[in-house]
Amino acid sequence: MIKAILIFNNHGKPRLSKFYEHYSEDTEQQIIRETFHLVSKRDENVCNFLEGGMLIGGSDYRLIYRHYATLYFVFCVDSSESELGILDLIQVFVETLDKCFENVCELDLIFHVDKVHNILAEMVMGGMVLETNMNEIITQVDSQNKMEKSEQSP
Amino acid sequence: MPAVSKGDGMRGLAVFISDIRNCKSKEAEIKRINKELANIRSKFKGDKALDGYSKKKYVCKLLFIFLLGHDIDFGHMEAVNLLSSNKYTEKQIGYLFISVLVNSNSELIRLINNAIKNDLSSRNPTFMCLALHCIANVGSREMAEAFASEIPRILVAGDTMDSVKQSAALCLLRLYKTSPDLVLMGEWTSRVVHLLNDQHMGVVTAAISLITCLSQKNPDEFKTCVSLAVSRLSRIVSSASTDLQDYTYYFVPAPWLSCKLLRLLQCYPPPEDGAVKGRLVECLETILNKAQEPPKSKKVQHSNAKNAILFEAISLIIHYDSEPNLLVRACNQLGQFLQHRETNLRYLALESMCTLASSEFSHEAVKTHIETVINALKTERDVSVRQRAADLLYAMCDRSNAKQIVAEMLSYLETADYSIREEMVLKVAILAEKYAVDYSWYVDTILNLIRIAGDYVSEEVWYRVIQIVINRDDVQGYAAKTVFEALQAPACHENMVKVGGYILGEFGNLIAGDPRSSPLVQFNLLHSKFHLCSVPTRALLLSAYIKFINLFPETKATIQEVLRCDSQIRNSDVELQQRAVEYLKLSSIASTDVLATVLEEMPPFPERESSILAKLKKKKGPGAVSVPELDDKREGGELNGGGDRGPDTAAMSASNAVSRYVLVASSCLFMYIGFVCKNNGVLFENQLLQIGIKSEYRQNLGRMYLFYGNKTSVQFASFTTTVSCPGELQSHILSLNVQTKPVEPLVEGGAQIQQVLNIECLTDFSEAPLLNIKFRYGGALQNLSLKLPVTINKFFQPTEMTSHDFFQRWKQLSQPQQEAQKIFKANHGMDTEVLKAKLLGLGTALLDDVDPNPENYVCAGVIQTKGQQVGCLLRLEPNGQAQMYRLTLRCSKDSVSMRLCELLAQQF
Repeated sequence: MIKAILIFNNHGKPRLSKFYEHYSEDTEQQIIRETFHLVSKRDENVCNFLEGGMLIGGSDYRLIYRHYATLYFVFCVDSSESELGILDLIQVFVETLDKCFENVCELDLIFHVDKVHNILAEMVMGGMVLETNMNEIITQVDSQNKMEKSEQSP
Repeated sequence: MPAVSKGDGMRGLAVFISDIRNCKSKEAEIKRINKELANIRSKFKGDKALDGYSKKKYVCKLLFIFLLGHDIDFGHMEAVNLLSSNKYTEKQIGYLFISVLVNSNSELIRLINNAIKNDLSSRNPTFMCLALHCIANVGSREMAEAFASEIPRILVAGDTMDSVKQSAALCLLRLYKTSPDLVLMGEWTSRVVHLLNDQHMGVVTAAISLITCLSQKNPDEFKTCVSLAVSRLSRIVSSASTDLQDYTYYFVPAPWLSCKLLRLLQCYPPPEDGAVKGRLVECLETILNKAQEPPKSKKVQHSNAKNAILFEAISLIIHYDSEPNLLVRACNQLGQFLQHRETNLRYLALESMCTLASSEFSHEAVKTHIETVINALKTERDVSVRQRAADLLYAMCDRSNAKQIVAEMLSYLETADYSIREEMVLKVAILAEKYAVDYSWYVDTILNLIRIAGDYVSEEVWYRVIQIVINRDDVQGYAAKTVFEALQAPACHENMVKVGGYILGEFGNLIAGDPRSSPLVQFNLLHSKFHLCSVPTRALLLSAYIKFINLFPETKATIQEVLRCDSQIRNSDVELQQRAVEYLKLSSIASTDVLATVLEEMPPFPERESSILAKLKKKKGPGAVSVPELDDKREGGELNGGGDRGPDTAAMSASNAVSRYVLVASSCLFMYIGFVCKNNGVLFENQLLQIGIKSEYRQNLGRMYLFYGNKTSVQFASFTTTVSCPGELQSHILSLNVQTKPVEPLVEGGAQIQQVLNIECLTDFSEAPLLNIKFRYGGALQNLSLKLPVTINKFFQPTEMTSHDFFQRWKQLSQPQQEAQKIFKANHGMDTEVLKAKLLGLGTALLDDVDPNPENYVCAGVIQTKGQQVGCLLRLEPNGQAQMYRLTLRCSKDSVSMRLCELLAQQF
């Protein structure tokens, strides 16, 4: 199960946080900080997995992350998930964002938090993977956008 | 066309975000946010009805503010209102707000549930998906109560859209995880399994997570999924990379689903059906073969996806542990990865090999990689990888390579990362103990450990070395010599001083013959460290000193001098002061004989689970540390050879359940017996529940307080207890009258509830009342039956009498059936004080100067029942030489003599 999905930039500013288990708001912020601290001090080209910080559950959980330009994408998962599988999933997520936003950059995530949440919701639900096929995800997002458009024009 | 075109967002939102980003300081940001919050609040409160667009804009702003780490304490109601909008945009933003900001305890759940109910019945797939997402995100019990029966219906209905099916499957999974008792198995279960055959791969992807979880909990009911999963896997594995179109990821067909199918199969033993098994083995071989093929793409994603499947296949092979061919191939494959240039693969290979190391078929094959692993430990740049290497060395250790591995781990410790030092220390300590052939090697290793990483040597580790030295007399002299040498280092770790102090205090005499380590030299060496040590170590050293006085009378004057000085005898620390004062007095008053008795060498420690192993288990969780026990087992001939060793999960869990049951029963019996001579204590304890007892008795009445403590963090539901008195059904004669009130049915995690029993003894009895406890923990019903420690002796009134009276009554009770006698071996020590305490705890009066033989004990008392009083006399004759007792009871009622005699014979 995926326990949390976090995106933050190189300075630790959160750009998306999605927890699939309930924590208090305060703890969520602490988890984001702790995770940033753990991930950001690692060199490039080391492995993409590490044991979770204390707040998220320690060594029973893994942090699986990728670093793209200014952003870190971090998935916190339990032992039932395949590490490489999750790396692929991060890639699918990023590629999907890239398609939806046309060359996604940090600003897109900042100004369209709701859209990012929607896209993620088409992939992951309640901590489990719903869909891995990028075209399917984009089709769903597209149809939602169409509905949105039709509602805006009177 | 991009799915989200830039610039069509909400202008107000964009402006606000830009403002925030332009803030120069944290204060300015907070100021800007507070201004916005005030603005939104007034808009929400205002008289003017907001249109959907504005509501959406404000809710988005709140989400953004929340992401920045600010508390949002309003807007929930507005979000809930958005749920009932007919517009998709508004509904969607409402659901988003709720899934991010509302937790399962919110009071709004009822309102939210209403909106969800409407959307689920709307037959609009988009709305249904939104609603299902919301349930899966919040997942509260109230939601489970409302929808647990509805969702399976949606999931298996023929006319449900694929996207809704996907959401329904994961939604149900979430509810099953949070409230398993509410998701009832039924007709839908068999149809869920068949979703593995669904045409739409997305449906299979979602359903397999649900099926895996359900199979783990109810393996029998979902057994049919094995053959379905195998055939699905076979179709994917054998398909060309273009067959699955959209589900092909960088030339690999459906990697995610393949991984999940392989995981599902790990919930079961190898398939029994030959055809299914054959097909599966074929799949696994194909996967292993494909790993050797040249890559279809240079992209890292391609090899990632391919290897994700490969690692899951290897896990399944290890799980089956029955196909030697595949196991060895898996091991070779992992061996290649150990030197791969991708760090991720090296990491995963080390990790998988850890599990391979515990299989008898591949243990030897794993061992051939020892040099590579040691090299990884020394040269990997990444601490995560080094940690895996250390784990693997630990797992592959056996008698043949223990010395090499321990030496490597020790040398690695000198430079190891701080984050893993403590664990490394524990592992070295465990391996050293487990594979110690000569104990001098063990002592050397542990002392080295303290020297290299003293700060990380926990108490358990140095306690353990002392336990072992005390229990093994062949190593004591060597240990004394070695600590003596180690202590000569100018700077030595405090833990070394502790071990040194303890060992020299016990066994310093073994090296005192050598003038270089004469008693005084030993003492001066220890005392030179004294002033640098913390209070607990100083206390330990003081005890070592008094032991020295006993071992070496010639040091007495010097040590007394030290004890007498102000810094000891007037130390501001109470513990130190007390020790100094008492030891000083002891050494000056007591005769050498007394001193020798008091300060005798420590008796051997009882053998029990290694304290360090327990500590490592606690650190890592019990599943994570199996000490590599492979070759022990092989020596004992316990391993079944051959190919039929696949663990049958069902059988295994059954035998686990049986052994757990036996454990409960035997420990209870033990606890029950322990209560004969005491009234308070812990009656029962397992991982879930602790039951404590306090009781008091007067005449023929008693009151017992039972304390039920929930040791988990999860609520116990339907908690009920019943008390019954055995035998009452057959005989219709009630000997005990036990009354109580029902307890609260819910015991929160960590909470304790209390129950009071009022007990009346009507006539004498031998069977104890039974306490039956039932409750639900997670989904499972727990059922416990325990004997309550209400025994006949609880109703004793002590009777004081003179020697003359005692023997007169003794003679009066001379009919043969009034006397009960037992001769038995002592089960515990024969310590006088302990015996006296037990006899007093029994409830009788312990009479002095009655028996002509002062070694014997005699007691007298009257048992009070409602109907009559039963006078009882007791005589206990210990025979210290034979370690035996003779116990004689004479009571005015023969059944009481019998019963008391049985009860008491287990006590001494």
